[in-house]
Amino acid sequence: MSDVKITIIDREGNKHEVEAPTDMSMNLMEVIRAYELAPEGTIGTCGGMAMCASCQVYVLNENQPLPEMGDEEEAMLSEAFNVKENSRLGCQLAITEDLEGLEVEIAPEY
Amino acid sequence: MIETDILIIGAGPTGLFTVFEAGLLKLRCHIIDALPNIGGQLTELYPKKPIFDIPGYPTVQAGELVQNLHEQIKQFEPGFTLNEIAQTIDKQEDGTFIVTTDKGTRHHAKAVAIAAGLGSFEPRKPQIENISDYEEKGVEYFVKNPEQFRGKKVLIAGGGDSALDWSIFLADIAAEVTLVHRRNEFRGALDSVEKVQALKNEGKINLITPAEITGIKGDGKVESLVIEQEGTVFDKSVDYFIPLFGLTPKLGPIANWGLEIEKNAIKVNNALDYQTNVEGIYAIGDINTYPGKLKLILCGFHEATLMCQSIYNRVNPGKKYVLKYTTVGGVQGFDGTVKEAEKAVVKSIE
Ligand SMILES: Cc1cc2nc3c(=O)[nH]c(=O)nc-3n(C[C@H](O)[C@H](O)[C@H](O)COP(=O)(O)OP(=O)(O)OC[C@H]3O[C@@H](n4cnc5c(N)ncnc54)[C@H](O)[C@@H]3O)c2cc1C
Ligand code: FES
Repeated sequence: MSDVKITIIDREGNKHEVEAPTDMSMNLMEVIRAYELAPEGTIGTCGGMAMCASCQVYVLNENQPLPEMGDEEEAMLSEAFNVKENSRLGCQLAITEDLEGLEVEIAPEY
Repeated sequence: MIETDILIIGAGPTGLFTVFEAGLLKLRCHIIDALPNIGGQLTELYPKKPIFDIPGYPTVQAGELVQNLHEQIKQFEPGFTLNEIAQTIDKQEDGTFIVTTDKGTRHHAKAVAIAAGLGSFEPRKPQIENISDYEEKGVEYFVKNPEQFRGKKVLIAGGGDSALDWSIFLADIAAEVTLVHRRNEFRGALDSVEKVQALKNEGKINLITPAEITGIKGDGKVESLVIEQEGTVFDKSVDYFIPLFGLTPKLGPIANWGLEIEKNAIKVNNALDYQTNVEGIYAIGDINTYPGKLKLILCGFHEATLMCQSIYNRVNPGKKYVLKYTTVGGVQGFDGTVKEAEKAVVKSIE
């Protein structure tokens, strides 16, 4: 399995192109943490349990194949702040080959 | 004033275990926590989740681990100041510290152990421009005293368990309960969702979904809320607005204590004893940082153990502590009684 290229816009508006491994059962929140694209303590607070929304991202490309939203993710996003049509929780997006070319923007901290 | 040897800030696993390690060295502890319950992240975020990396436990539920830690430290009789945030710290001339909480409780200690994890959990506030003007003037983030709402018009916002539970509870107390949620679906125990449905059918709860509160109006206190529901905007008169959107951890007042902070964490001397840049103030567990730091319960326990040795030397200068295994000496409470490890059965060989 190979790495996928993902573009991540941080909360300051800077664009980062990163490579994420598909064989380490990582999710997008963990990738953002691993590359330190958001300050410690401001992302992944609940450890990836769809309970805090600190890992919210906006998906920028329209036709990207993404896993369906689970009940937990949908419920959290219905309660979170700054939610848009294209919001997803980074911790619920497993890094698979489908994510090649994904572009996301990290939602503001709340 | 509360007097103790070690004042621990944070009742998460690290803070709790500190009491045990300190107790072995005959040091007394007192713990402050912002939350009403002990256990930190384990109680607040994942009480039902199994943990697999606590030595000796193939698996243990987070809530159960907290209970066991509590049991293990009881013999050392720690004091607790719960539901209060450690707000200020003042170093005295003799090198001791006075820590005061947001409610004014004062604690005097020979050393301070900050085991504050991710920081103190604070309510997530909805983005309504002037909301801070109305805090405690009709906007309440916690239901502390339900009687406050007797005979009043209350509006609760949120879609999780606490929004459901308090709507049900206040339906019998308040003159009018309105529940507003951004979606038609609620995320909560099925039982609670069904109860809210029943109360709505009986006319005891007004349900407004999918909708959001976008404004607050009132002269010095909340008088009405602006509600946006599927494109229409209207005002609703209320006495109280209770937004319940969960808690979010914030480093909080500790950030202003003159400690060296890096990436939201307190820098410590990990080669030695987890002391901060201020002598006598230590930071252990998730709140600290040093090269190679791992945020694991196990690491917090280890840090607590080394820190207590250092505090022992600080409190008893000149006295040499000789490490004794607890299995050899047993565990002695402050009353001097030895809680001995059970002896293996000795059987004579014929
Ligand atoms: C979903 C999830 C799963 C996890 N799973 C594991 C696992 O399997 N194994 C593992 O080892 N670790 C796990 N962790 C990490 C583990 O929970 C932490 O390492 C651990 O809780 C840290 O303990 P602590 O005592 O340092 O801090 P915390 O548990 O965060 O406790 C800190 C306490 O300090 C209080 N506090 C903070 N500031 C103040 C203040 N100013 N005044 C008063 N009180 C204050 C807070 O209210 C809180 O109660 C997990 C974490 C999460 C989120
Ligand atoms: S990390 Fe908490 S919701 Fe994703």
